[in-house]
Amino acid sequence: MTEVAPKEPAIEVENLVKRFGDFTAVDHVSFQVERGSIIGFLGPNGAGKSTIIRMLCGLLTPSEGRAIVSGIDVAKDPETVREHIGYMSQKFSLYGDLTVMENLRFFGGIYRVPRTILPERIRFAVTMAGLEGREDSLVSTLAGGWKQRLALGCAILHRPPILFLDEPTSGVDPESRRRFWDLIHSLSEDGVTIVVSTHYMDEAEYCNTIALINRGRLLALESPTTLKKRDLGGDLLSVECPDIGKAISLLEGQPGILDIAAFGNAVHLLVDPAKVSCHDLEGRLTTAGIPVERIGSIEPSIDDIFVRMVGENSPQGGAG
Amino acid sequence: MFERIIRILVKELLEIRRDRWAMFRLIVPPLIQMLIFGYAATFEVYHVNTVILDRDHSQESRDLISHFVASTRFDVVKIAGTERDVSQAIDDGTATVGITIQPRFAAFLLKGEKAPLQVVVDGTNSNTALIALGYVEQIAATYSASQGKTYATRIPGGITARVEDLDVAQRPWFNPNLDGRWFFVPGVVGTLSLILTVSLTASAVVREREIGTLEQIMVSPIRPYEFILGKTIPFFLIGFAETALVAVFGVLWFQVPFVGNPFILMLGTALFLLSTLGLGLLISTLVRTQQQAFGANFFVSNPMFTLSGFSFPIASMPRPMQWVTYLDPLRYYLVVIRATFLKGVGIAVLWPDLLAMAVIGIGLLTLSTLRFRKALD
Repeated sequence: MTEVAPKEPAIEVENLVKRFGDFTAVDHVSFQVERGSIIGFLGPNGAGKSTIIRMLCGLLTPSEGRAIVSGIDVAKDPETVREHIGYMSQKFSLYGDLTVMENLRFFGGIYRVPRTILPERIRFAVTMAGLEGREDSLVSTLAGGWKQRLALGCAILHRPPILFLDEPTSGVDPESRRRFWDLIHSLSEDGVTIVVSTHYMDEAEYCNTIALINRGRLLALESPTTLKKRDLGGDLLSVECPDIGKAISLLEGQPGILDIAAFGNAVHLLVDPAKVSCHDLEGRLTTAGIPVERIGSIEPSIDDIFVRMVGENSPQGGAG
Repeated sequence: MFERIIRILVKELLEIRRDRWAMFRLIVPPLIQMLIFGYAATFEVYHVNTVILDRDHSQESRDLISHFVASTRFDVVKIAGTERDVSQAIDDGTATVGITIQPRFAAFLLKGEKAPLQVVVDGTNSNTALIALGYVEQIAATYSASQGKTYATRIPGGITARVEDLDVAQRPWFNPNLDGRWFFVPGVVGTLSLILTVSLTASAVVREREIGTLEQIMVSPIRPYEFILGKTIPFFLIGFAETALVAVFGVLWFQVPFVGNPFILMLGTALFLLSTLGLGLLISTLVRTQQQAFGANFFVSNPMFTLSGFSFPIASMPRPMQWVTYLDPLRYYLVVIRATFLKGVGIAVLWPDLLAMAVIGIGLLTLSTLRFRKALD
C-alpha cells in the first residue's frame, strides 16, 4: 500500500473524456473527491455515470484526460489502483450457484485477504448483510436486498479505502435501499471514500457532494443543500390537477412561464413572479375546464433543479 | 499466485458439481456421438440399388448379371426392358447404378475382343458413385478373368484366349481387413474432444461476462494469467477425462485395437488440449454472449474438422488449403491418435506433430492472455 498524504484528495479527475466511436459518453469531466466523503453521481440512465466509474476503476481506458485514484494514475498503473478500491455494480455480481460462504471465500481469495483475518472479515460481512444462519444458502435463492448487501460485503472484504458503487440500489425495495444507505454512511464514518451513482434523485440527500450528470457532461458539483438553494431564476409552483397533459399544453410557452414539467400527479412550474401569480394561474386553468385541486409555491427539490439545469444545457431544450 | 489460481479452480469445480446436469452433459452426448459415428460413418458402399438392361440375352450376359445379383454391393432392383427404363430408374431415384449389356456381348467375348458393357451412375453423391463404379469394374474384371480361363481351356493355344493372370497381392498394414471403423473411431475421439473443450472453456468465461462476475474479477488485482490458469486447469482435467472415457469406450465397444504407448497418447492429448483451451479462451475474449460463443465455436470447429484429414485426405486438397491445414491442431492430433491406436509408433516418429501442437497451443494461450485485460474496452 502506498502512503497517501493526508491532505491529498482521494480522487482527482481532470478533463476526462470517453468516446465510443462517434459517441461521446463522457465529455470533459473534472472533479475532486475528498477522503472519507460520499460523492453521488446523479443523472438519467445513459448519462455517463457508469462510464466514469468504470474509468476510475481501470475497466475502461479514458480517451482523454487524467484520473488519479489514491494518488495513482489509473491509466498508467491500473493494477496498483485495484489494490485500493472496492467495486460493486448494479448487477450485484455474485455466483448464484455458490453459497453465501463460498462467494465470500472466493472474493476473499481473489483479493488475497490473509487467511488469519479472513474468517473475521467474512463474519463481519455476513452480519452486515443480515445473513446469519443463511451462510450455506445458495445465493440464487436470496432476495434482492440480501444479494445487494452480500455484494457490498464481498466488495469490502479487503478493506478498500475507496469504494465505487455503480447503481447499487437499482431494482431493490425502498426498505432495503434505506438499509443500504445506512451501511454506506457507517463505512464513510470509518473513513472510506465512497463514489456512488444512482438515478434515484431522493438518494442525493444522503451524499456529501452531488455531481449532476447529463449527456456525459457535469452540470453541477456541490452539496445537496447548496444545490437546492440554487437560484432557478423564478418561483417554483406546484399544481395538482386531474389532467396534467392538458394543463402542460395549455401553459407551455405562455408569457411568464419559464419552465414546466410533470412530476408524478403534479405539474411543477417555474414562473416569473412579476408576471404570474398563483391566483392568476388557477383562474386560467379553471377557465380552460381544468379543476385545480391544489396550488402553491414549493421549495425546489433536487429533481426540480436537475430538470431545470438539463433544460438549460441541452441543445434540444428538453429534459432527456 | 497459487492462492488465487486455486480459488478460481475450486470455484469452477464447485459450480460444475452444483450443476445437476453437468455430469450428464459431459458423459452421455459424447458416448452417443461415438456410437453414431462408429456405426454410421463409413465409406464402404453396400446394397447399391441397381438396374440392369440386358440387350444381348446370351448365357454369358445372364452369367454376368448373376455376378451382380450375388454381390452384397449391389441390389438389382429391376431388370429393364429398354434404355428408357434405365434412365427413368436413375432419374426417379429407384436406382443409383444402371448397367447395360450391349448386343453381341457374348459374341465379342467369344472372339476374345473387348465386350461392351455400359455403366451409368447417379453422380449426385459423387463419393458413392465413384466407389460403386469401382465395384462394377471389380465384378466385371473377376467375371472376364473367369471367362478367360474357361475359353483358355476350350481353345488351347488360341491367342485371344491368353489370360493375364495379374494377381495383386493386397496386404493392408495396421488394419488388415480395412475396417473403416478402425479409421473413424480414433478420429472421433479427437473431434469430440475438440468440440467439447472449446465450447466448455468459451462458455465458462462468457457466462461470467454475462452475469457480471467477470467485471468484478477484473477490478480485483488478479493477474490475467492467474485467472486464465484457474479457468483452464479444470477444463484441462475434464477434457482429459473426457478423452479417456471416449477412447476406452471406442476400444471396448467397437473393438478398435490400441497397440501403442498410452503415455504418448496422453502427452499428445495434453498438448492438443492446450490448443483447444486456448481457442476457447480466445473466442471468449471476442464475443459477448454464450450464444455468440456457440456460433463462433461452430464457425471454428467445422473448418478445423474438414481440414484435419479426419475424412478428407489432406494430400488431395489444393495446395493453399494444404498450407492452411498446418494451422489446424486437430490435424496433428489425429496423426498422433491414429498412430498410437493402430500403428504403435513412438516419439521418434511423432515428435514433429507433438511439437506443432505445443507451438499452436502456447501461441493461442498467449494471445488470449494478452487480449483478456482489454476485453471491457
